[in-house]
Amino acid sequence: MLRLPRLRYLRPAGPREAAAMVADLGERAMLVAAGTDLFPKLKRRQFTPDTLVGLGHLAGLRGVDGTRLGALVTLAEAARLPLPAGYAEAAGLVSSPPLRNAGTVAGNLCVDTRCNYYDMTYEWRRSVGFCLKKDGDICLVAPSSPRCWAVSSSDTAPAAIALGATITLAGPDGERELPASALYRDDGIEYLAKQPHEVVTAIRLPAAAAHSSAYVKLRRRGTIDFPLAGAAVALRRQGPEVVSARVVLAGVGSHPVEATAAGEFLGGRRLTAEVIAEAAELAAKPARPLDNTDLSHAWRKRMVRVIVQEALERAAAR
Amino acid sequence: MTRRLDVVGRSLPRVDAAAKLTGSAVYADDLAPPRTLHCKILRSPHPHARVRSVDVAAARRIPGVRAVITGHDLPIRFGILPVSQDERALEAEKVRYVGDPVAAVAATDEETAHAALDAIRVDYELLDPVLTIEEALREPAGEPIHDHSYTRSPANVHRLVAYEFGAVDAGFERADHVREDVFFFPGNTHLPMEQHSALATYAGGRLTLWSSTQVVHYVQRALARVLELPMHRVRIIGAVHGGGFGGKTDPFSHELVVAKLAMLTGRPVKCTLTREEVFYAHRGRHPVLMWVRTGVTRDGRITAMHFRSVLDGGAYGSYGAASVFYTGTLQTVTYAIPAYRFEGCRVFTNKAPCGPKRGHGTPQARFALELHLDKLADDLGLDRVELKRRNFVTPFSRAVNWLRVTSCGLEECTARVLEASGYHQRRRTPGRGMGFAVSAYMSGAGTAIYWNGMPHSEVQLKVDRGGVTAYCGAMDIGQGSDTVLATVVAEELGLQPGKVRLVTADTDLTPIDLGSYSSRVTFMAGNAALEAARRMRDLLVEAVAARMGVADIDREGIAVGGGRIGEFSFEAACELAEERFGALSTAGSYTPPRIGGPFKGSGVGPSPAYSFSACVVAADVDARTGIVAVRRIWIAHDVGRAINANLVLGQIEGSVYMGLGEALMEEQAYRRGRHRWPSMLDYKSPTFLDMPEIESFIVETVDPEGPYGAKEAGQGPLLPVIPAVNAAVHDALGIWIDETPITPEKVIRALAARERGEPARQGPRSFPAIPFPALIHVDPPDPGDLRVGAELDARA
Amino acid sequence: MLNELERQVQREVIALDVNGELTELLLPVHRTLLEVLREDLRLTGTKHGCELGECGTCTVLVDGEPQLSCLSLPVQLEGRAILTVEGLAAGAELHPLQVAFAEMGAAQCGYCTPGMLLAARALLERTPHPSPQEIREALAGNLCRCTGYVRIIEAVELAAAANPA
Repeated sequence: MLRLPRLRYLRPAGPREAAAMVADLGERAMLVAAGTDLFPKLKRRQFTPDTLVGLGHLAGLRGVDGTRLGALVTLAEAARLPLPAGYAEAAGLVSSPPLRNAGTVAGNLCVDTRCNYYDMTYEWRRSVGFCLKKDGDICLVAPSSPRCWAVSSSDTAPAAIALGATITLAGPDGERELPASALYRDDGIEYLAKQPHEVVTAIRLPAAAAHSSAYVKLRRRGTIDFPLAGAAVALRRQGPEVVSARVVLAGVGSHPVEATAAGEFLGGRRLTAEVIAEAAELAAKPARPLDNTDLSHAWRKRMVRVIVQEALERAAAR
Repeated sequence: MTRRLDVVGRSLPRVDAAAKLTGSAVYADDLAPPRTLHCKILRSPHPHARVRSVDVAAARRIPGVRAVITGHDLPIRFGILPVSQDERALEAEKVRYVGDPVAAVAATDEETAHAALDAIRVDYELLDPVLTIEEALREPAGEPIHDHSYTRSPANVHRLVAYEFGAVDAGFERADHVREDVFFFPGNTHLPMEQHSALATYAGGRLTLWSSTQVVHYVQRALARVLELPMHRVRIIGAVHGGGFGGKTDPFSHELVVAKLAMLTGRPVKCTLTREEVFYAHRGRHPVLMWVRTGVTRDGRITAMHFRSVLDGGAYGSYGAASVFYTGTLQTVTYAIPAYRFEGCRVFTNKAPCGPKRGHGTPQARFALELHLDKLADDLGLDRVELKRRNFVTPFSRAVNWLRVTSCGLEECTARVLEASGYHQRRRTPGRGMGFAVSAYMSGAGTAIYWNGMPHSEVQLKVDRGGVTAYCGAMDIGQGSDTVLATVVAEELGLQPGKVRLVTADTDLTPIDLGSYSSRVTFMAGNAALEAARRMRDLLVEAVAARMGVADIDREGIAVGGGRIGEFSFEAACELAEERFGALSTAGSYTPPRIGGPFKGSGVGPSPAYSFSACVVAADVDARTGIVAVRRIWIAHDVGRAINANLVLGQIEGSVYMGLGEALMEEQAYRRGRHRWPSMLDYKSPTFLDMPEIESFIVETVDPEGPYGAKEAGQGPLLPVIPAVNAAVHDALGIWIDETPITPEKVIRALAARERGEPARQGPRSFPAIPFPALIHVDPPDPGDLRVGAELDARA
Repeated sequence: MLNELERQVQREVIALDVNGELTELLLPVHRTLLEVLREDLRLTGTKHGCELGECGTCTVLVDGEPQLSCLSLPVQLEGRAILTVEGLAAGAELHPLQVAFAEMGAAQCGYCTPGMLLAARALLERTPHPSPQEIREALAGNLCRCTGYVRIIEAVELAAAANPA
């Protein structure tokens, strides 16, 4: 049986104390809520802290206030709440039912980037040679590259960004807010822009009625799988016209990739079939999938157009 | 003899249902006797390397480590087939794939055992790995994978076979049309939900091993051989089984290792593989490259066929010497091929060893054959179903390669799925298609794995004080063999199956059964149980007749059923019989008739009876995305007689599921000599949300030799599903995906090829040059000659 | 791993409510619920297929909702009601789902069955009369390699048919 390594488990009194604990321990410590992403990676020794700072017991992080979600709201709950459709849809498409019952909204925003040279056991990784992201000094996908190309695999992050959600972070000395888009960096290793000790305490989404939004996920099977690609769209409309639009992609880079050209193109237009097709074409341009998840990157890139189109059609109908 | 059947044919619950539904069934990993040590195995990180040294000193010093062993402790080779004794429990000299076992630790807990592996130092000298069929067919520049005395030429070729049945050249000459095609079937794996697990104890000079295995008898043989113990000191008990599909049909390293460690430590030792290790244990579907050439008359009748295959065997022999034959033998069991040439080759590569997966060697060939015939029909402008039908074998006939066909429901299976699916009435809409395929499979291999003339299955029955117990070595791997045994005994004794107690799969307590492989258990153990039960019934009836004063010749009139024998309750009848005869014990056995043809190599393929299946698949294919959505599957299976209809339907549905997974997503793939995705997340298997509706039909042809006419159901229904999916994709978009699985990118590439004016297909372009040996020419039998055994020998 | 043996083990007394019985256990905090159920409480009805959250085999109910015991820590589960397959029947009387699974032949090898039964129970508590699609979606995290899922869906429907309309 694959087992967790020996770990200390700390129970801070609140998010600020949690942040202080991690700040104090540095790389030895990691934050954990439900652990659905963390525990498999600990079992495979992709993370090697000796201390977990638990958040699961902090009842204060569990609340829902309109469209403001406490960090510990589960993905299953989020999928059932009257939230903007694109976000609820994304939450409901993460992994499988039992994982959504445990996994949290904050956890999915912070889900580790993925790569099929990295999401393997210690023995497998040692056999093929360790990679840049853990224990090695070379990227096995792009050996001449100085950076890591692990793939952002959060379904909810693109939806949160498209909707202009705000994230609340707690540090040892207080809280700060930032737009969801500012939480991410284009790097497979340092993929979050927050400090490692900062605790996501809440996600504030706009009112459900403010946008027409949708999330379309591409995966091999009807469940369980991470996104091969995902498309989140959020439109503000006035009558038949789009006032502003954001299109954000999952699974095609080390961060949620915003297709700004597509968003700008949609502004001021009506969502005719031609406009949607043109926007989908534009959206596919910034997608740079590599050969490090499932199926070929050429096919995944081709599919971005299809899922953006579907997401726009669905949002337009809402 | 026709008589009303009371319990045979009904959908009664399985006899093991309650244990499995309450969590009380004890699987191998659930065992944890006091003082159990935990075993972990150190495996090779390299695909091909010489082992210079293994230093276990530091591992031995870790507190909690009780024993560390290496290849020097288990030097004797083993393997499932007598001709392929090429594995060691731990390799001392060289490693041949990533995952090859090198050393093992027994410690007081799993964490310590795992840590101890980290402390073992192995000095490897890396050798060039051989990773593809093409590489294996070249004479290696460096060291071959196995010793040359064991292989052919080129040095990484494991087996070569070549046969010609009838006048093949003449057959091609009289053909109006000849077509050649090349197909590739990459490997995939069983992925049982339960990881392999074994626990051994050693006390009083006797070794006991509980294991998740399909073959307790063969494991007993391997343990006796490698541990140098007489058979009577080795006891194998099949724990409740969490799924095999052929993946637990070899003796495995971990079984030998825990046995050795139990002998060294005097404590129970358990090893449960991790999921990743299960991918390395493998023995899954061989990757097979195939070339087939067929001649037909203008009206679609086959005049000759030439079939070539090359199998990527991975690092060891396993069942491979048989697998290579299986890619060539069963073509003739669905289609009457008047002249047939088969050339097969198996190569070694530095990957996890391949072996038997559900359908063993035949799904690959069936995939090629069915699609090839579809293409031939298209060439001739004939309906695909019609061309196949015109060539169907006739019941009670002998094929050109001497395989004897008895009952055969091909026509009825075909009619059922055509009618239910409306195949011929389908509307031709781009993106929507239907495909049709048929298949046949063995109801048990007609020959044992090691040559002997003894029964393949034996059953003993004990009756005392009204209680019935059946003893049989058969291993229930989830297919329901225990329920079949209980049902057969119950039917004969006029009871309900729940009344029959079972003791199975324990080499100390139960008489031999060769195991749950080759779909043999219902047919063979069923016949053995039938014989034992009829003998018991005769004793009970005789005792009742004596008490009732019924003359011997009128005994037939004594009714057995509903818990009564004549005027007496079953319990009272037992009392009469026990008074009259003393201890009530009967036995039955089953030895298949000798049915193989009069030539060397005729042992693979013959079976006392074949099942038949027909399948229609309806699929939508999106030309924009390449995604194939199977909408519905209709399948009809000739099982001879359903002993338990629920169990048969369960086998059919499970086979369809597994076939669909192979058709669309499953693939044992490698990159840089490593398994590309040894996890349940990345090795894609269909979920609840990936399964279409399945409409299953049981066809009963009542085979003359099967128990109550029963034949197999566990493997055959998988076979037609894969080509039927491909044929549906062609029907939808006019593209051939001649290589499984049908991933969306292959569909897109085939469509792109068509746009470029190239053939609208994806798949291999050519078949390599292979130095096949001279053909063994075999004269075909008279198709009406069904003689077996000594009569057959006399004719030859 | 070798260097991990040098780490101290943090042990805590943890009170777990399993199948309605409260048990206090002294546990290393890094032991998963799966390990505790199978190895400490000897409730081996809960099976495991990957220990990475990829197969659903080890599903148990936590406060009535399916969760994976391989990814749950008992330190996070104090005060929560855990239900395993051993607690599904009411005494000697099988749960209607168990009866239906037997009737339909929904268990073959039986290894995924405990997880399936529990996921199905959670569904029927929330949705007494699910459609086949609702059954598929609710059980989607649980893989099975024997049945093709057909009989499992039918068994859940059969059990649901006994629920009051």
